[in-house]
Amino acid sequence: MGAQKKSATARVSEDQEELARNPLQAILLADSFATTFRPITLERPKVLLPLVNIPMIDYTLAWLESAGVEEVFVFCCAHSKQVIDYLESSRWSSQPNFSVTTIESHNSISAGDALRLIYERNVIHGDFVLISGDTVSNMSLTQVLQEHKERRKKDANAIMTMVVKKSKPSPITQQSRLGTDELFMAINPVTKQLLCYEDKAEHSKGFISLDKTLIADNPSIILHNDKQDCYIDVCSQEVLSLFTDNFDYQHLRRHFVKGLLVDDIMGYKIFTHEIHSSYAARIDNFRSYDTISKDIIQRWTYPFVPDILCGSSAIKVERQGTYRASDVTLSRSAHIGSFTFIGQGTKIGNDTKISHSVVGEGCTIGSNVTIEGSYIWNNVTIEDGCQLRHAIVCDGVIMKSGAVLQPGVILSFKVVVGQQFVVPAYSKVSLLQQPTQQDSDEELEYADNTSGTGELRSDKLNGDIAADLSETAYELGTGGVGYIWSVFEGAQDEEWKHSVAPIPKDKLVKLMLDKDEDEEQLTQDGNVLSASGELKADSDDNGSEDDDNADSRDDYGFFEKEVEATFLRAVHENVKVDHAVLEVNALRLSYNMASVDCAGAIFYSMMKLAVESPHHSASELHRNAADIITKWVKLLKSFLHDIDEEIEVILKFEEMCLESAKEFAALFPQVLHLLYDKEILQEDAILRWADEKEGADESDKVFLKSSEKFVQWLKEAEEEDEDD
Amino acid sequence: MPDTQALVNDFISKLKKRKIEGSQATAKQTAELLRSVISQTRVPYTNQAAALIQSVKAVGERLIAANPVELAVGNVVRRVLHIIREEDLSLTTAAMAGLNLSAVSDDEDDADRDNQPVLSAAAIAAASRSTLRPPSLQTLLEDVPDSAAIPHTSSSGGDSEGKSKSADKSSRSRKLKHDVIEAVNELIQDISTCHEQIAEQAVEHIHQNEVILTLGSSRTVLEFLCAAKEKKRSFRVFVSEGAPRYQGHLLAKELVTRGLQTTLITDSAVFAMISRVNMVIVGAHAVMANGGVIAPVGVNMVALAAQKHAVPFVVLAGSHKLCPLYPHHPEVLLNELRSPSELLDFGEFSDCLDFGSGIGAPLLHVVNPTFDYVQPKLVSLFITDTGGHNPSYIGEMYRLFVVSARGEGMNFKSEIMRTNCIAEGNFFGKLEDRKSRFL
Repeated sequence: MGAQKKSATARVSEDQEELARNPLQAILLADSFATTFRPITLERPKVLLPLVNIPMIDYTLAWLESAGVEEVFVFCCAHSKQVIDYLESSRWSSQPNFSVTTIESHNSISAGDALRLIYERNVIHGDFVLISGDTVSNMSLTQVLQEHKERRKKDANAIMTMVVKKSKPSPITQQSRLGTDELFMAINPVTKQLLCYEDKAEHSKGFISLDKTLIADNPSIILHNDKQDCYIDVCSQEVLSLFTDNFDYQHLRRHFVKGLLVDDIMGYKIFTHEIHSSYAARIDNFRSYDTISKDIIQRWTYPFVPDILCGSSAIKVERQGTYRASDVTLSRSAHIGSFTFIGQGTKIGNDTKISHSVVGEGCTIGSNVTIEGSYIWNNVTIEDGCQLRHAIVCDGVIMKSGAVLQPGVILSFKVVVGQQFVVPAYSKVSLLQQPTQQDSDEELEYADNTSGTGELRSDKLNGDIAADLSETAYELGTGGVGYIWSVFEGAQDEEWKHSVAPIPKDKLVKLMLDKDEDEEQLTQDGNVLSASGELKADSDDNGSEDDDNADSRDDYGFFEKEVEATFLRAVHENVKVDHAVLEVNALRLSYNMASVDCAGAIFYSMMKLAVESPHHSASELHRNAADIITKWVKLLKSFLHDIDEEIEVILKFEEMCLESAKEFAALFPQVLHLLYDKEILQEDAILRWADEKEGADESDKVFLKSSEKFVQWLKEAEEEDEDD
Repeated sequence: MPDTQALVNDFISKLKKRKIEGSQATAKQTAELLRSVISQTRVPYTNQAAALIQSVKAVGERLIAANPVELAVGNVVRRVLHIIREEDLSLTTAAMAGLNLSAVSDDEDDADRDNQPVLSAAAIAAASRSTLRPPSLQTLLEDVPDSAAIPHTSSSGGDSEGKSKSADKSSRSRKLKHDVIEAVNELIQDISTCHEQIAEQAVEHIHQNEVILTLGSSRTVLEFLCAAKEKKRSFRVFVSEGAPRYQGHLLAKELVTRGLQTTLITDSAVFAMISRVNMVIVGAHAVMANGGVIAPVGVNMVALAAQKHAVPFVVLAGSHKLCPLYPHHPEVLLNELRSPSELLDFGEFSDCLDFGSGIGAPLLHVVNPTFDYVQPKLVSLFITDTGGHNPSYIGEMYRLFVVSARGEGMNFKSEIMRTNCIAEGNFFGKLEDRKSRFL
């Protein structure tokens, strides 16, 4: 006894002493209240799905335990029996100083309902950690708890601290690496108070609105789009009662957080805590399942990595990030590539190639199989010659020889894919039929799921499997069993966004183009706002109009300088034209310019370079210009989509000749001719320019006159063409 | 029992979560835990040693599995097992003299009742043989503790005197447990004082006006250098920072507060600086049976640089770091890959890790190993709490400390063999096993 006491006091380190006085509690929502993981979640709750061969909830619980949480209330709803059974049989039920209590409910349809129920139970006595059972993290709670407590002492209204992490969203798809939509947060950089939370920003409009009182109240605001919400919240007790008071709060973020931010009567405040070196992320969809699996394999979540978390020394990490259990039967000719996990008792045949994948326990994989970026769960049989790319294959699936899974396929439990059958990309296959109602109301949809019908269905499954078999035999080739779910109307386009497969190249290109158009439209609207969220107070626009214009002119100056710097670097470092195009495009996006501006700026920098490179006579200058233009014609042309842009180039040149590079004035017609020769300018553009200038002032016509001959020649050539 | 069970579980979960850092702390805590396991184990009347060994082994195996990379755990478990065997051996030897007398009289009594006088005599003879000699290979391989056979045969021979014997035995078992706990206390003492014992030798190795180079931070190295400083040696220390954990910074700070002339350099500057250095002194994570060293990452590079410039490369290691295992594939199997976040900032690199828009596979791979393996040929000298040793005598070293600790080194080889067999899943353990079958 004495020994135990001694170690107990030793265990409580100084910084945790405060926590020890009031045991730290956590609420773990073992239900996502969403349908993103269907059809898999019809048969098994999301928190029990294996993530690199370990159920997701184990990562969450292991983290909570190591972070010093002593009491966890697991709220389970859909498939609650499975969750409870799992927890009872797992090691979590017998941990000292870490109690896991389950709270079961059958009629909760949202996180809000869950929290209201927990409030009724009256089990939470102080600050608690609110987390869902699909979160992976290795952060230390000590600091965030301390910050939270200190803030609470000063201000009783600071009821919640939200954990965020820096993670840049993709500029093309406007979504984070976890497949969630780009998130905008306005944060006061000094107090870290959260002022605005916008996860469904309307990109079509390209702006988000902030209440102008925010700007009045806060000396500085930083608007972030590179923060990822980790869905780990440290909450005070009031949060639960708030949910009870506002019975319409359903979603944690969409209703609760936004509700608090908007409501200025009660004055409750939410703060953020940014983590830097530690990891935290929530599995929200198939894309984040893929991303987080890869993060775990790359050990960002250390010490919550498979070889340590499994406990025994059965799993070893080898070179190139390959994890292998000790009793894997591997053919000599099989090739296990990097970042791959192979579970216990799995057999792999000759000449099979596996890379970037997770293969669970007890799988049998035949010969000449190719597996790339896929997640294969337990007891799966894959016969010879199958091919899997970026797919999720659940327990007990059988793939007959020669079957192919195209990217993004989800095979739910016990599906059988027939011989040589090719499952088309992004299809979801299940033994259960797709629920028929196409109700757009999300709440209703999961209400149906959570009321236990999922379990009923799986009961039915056992009885009627023979009937199902005959019915659906044709859907998955000869000998195949399962339904291919049809995609809901309108959701078709979204499928690639949240899939495990990488976004196909053509989609990316299309998105790029779409974005370009959007931008142009925006500029034409005179609404100079980038999709990456330029701040615009919802005050009246009249007064600030002039400012705006001045701003945009300034912006253009900066932009031009940036482009010039980029171009010079490209010249000096021999950057490939394609890369230069990309860079300029990036600049264009960040400065919110149209491609007209790019063309002008690039041409400007080219000419400037020509002037600045050493020359003694006009002819040498001309040669310089010709060299540069010839070399970078591709760069310039990639921004010349139509005549307007070409005219812009000419105008720019004119301006230069008048102002910055007067040496070119004499060479104007020659260079114009050169540009025409290199097919940078079409004759239409030159003629239109000439026409436009016709009516201008005399002083403006200097260059038109000097190039009169050339224009004349062009006109004649055109007439000749017409004659022909 | 439940108390120790809870303690064991607690310690295991700490080991698993890598919450205990440093071999010394781990070794000490392991020894303390095993001590409480021993004191809580209920010893039966017969086979006390076997029961102790079994319970220690059961706990030990779980501890080793919890963090196979932390070799100090296994080392301590092995030494505790060794202590139990030795204590048992010395007790049995002492008891044997008295037992022999009574056995003779037993023979006469049993002759008519048991009809097996010959067996009994033979059993006792065998028992005395096996006690007095080092345990045979077979007993070793089957992992039957040598003493296990003895009480059994003797009790079968002496049923008639059950009462007096059991009384004798219970006192013996108490004595055994008591002795073992005493010995484990000594071990704990040894572990906690190993710094001082190593540091005592500092003056013999560090001379006036020398330049010493070290990498990262090691408590042993710190004490060693400070001990030399206290003896009025004046010398300079170059500290290589030891990326990515930069523990060299802490060491430099500590050295400066203790008044040593210190220069902090980057790891990459080691080669440039080594020609000005008189001696390299580093700490170790573990010393393997062949004299190879598992040390913080970067040390191998320092060792190679030292070899190139013929600078002595000295490794300081407490005896709890000596491990009777052979390194097989040490760069991978005895290593631990830590989180890439120690190297780079996730936020800044998150776009490199966006698997959605690339080829669907990570192009960036960050490797952050914790340890380096230094080959024995690169080490000039080991300094342990028992003195300085050449790497080729590292096996001898293991024997030496066992001898010096317990005064009896007869079965050091078998101890090494046995410990190799205990370490489950160890390739070389099995190899040794197989080899000894042919002997």
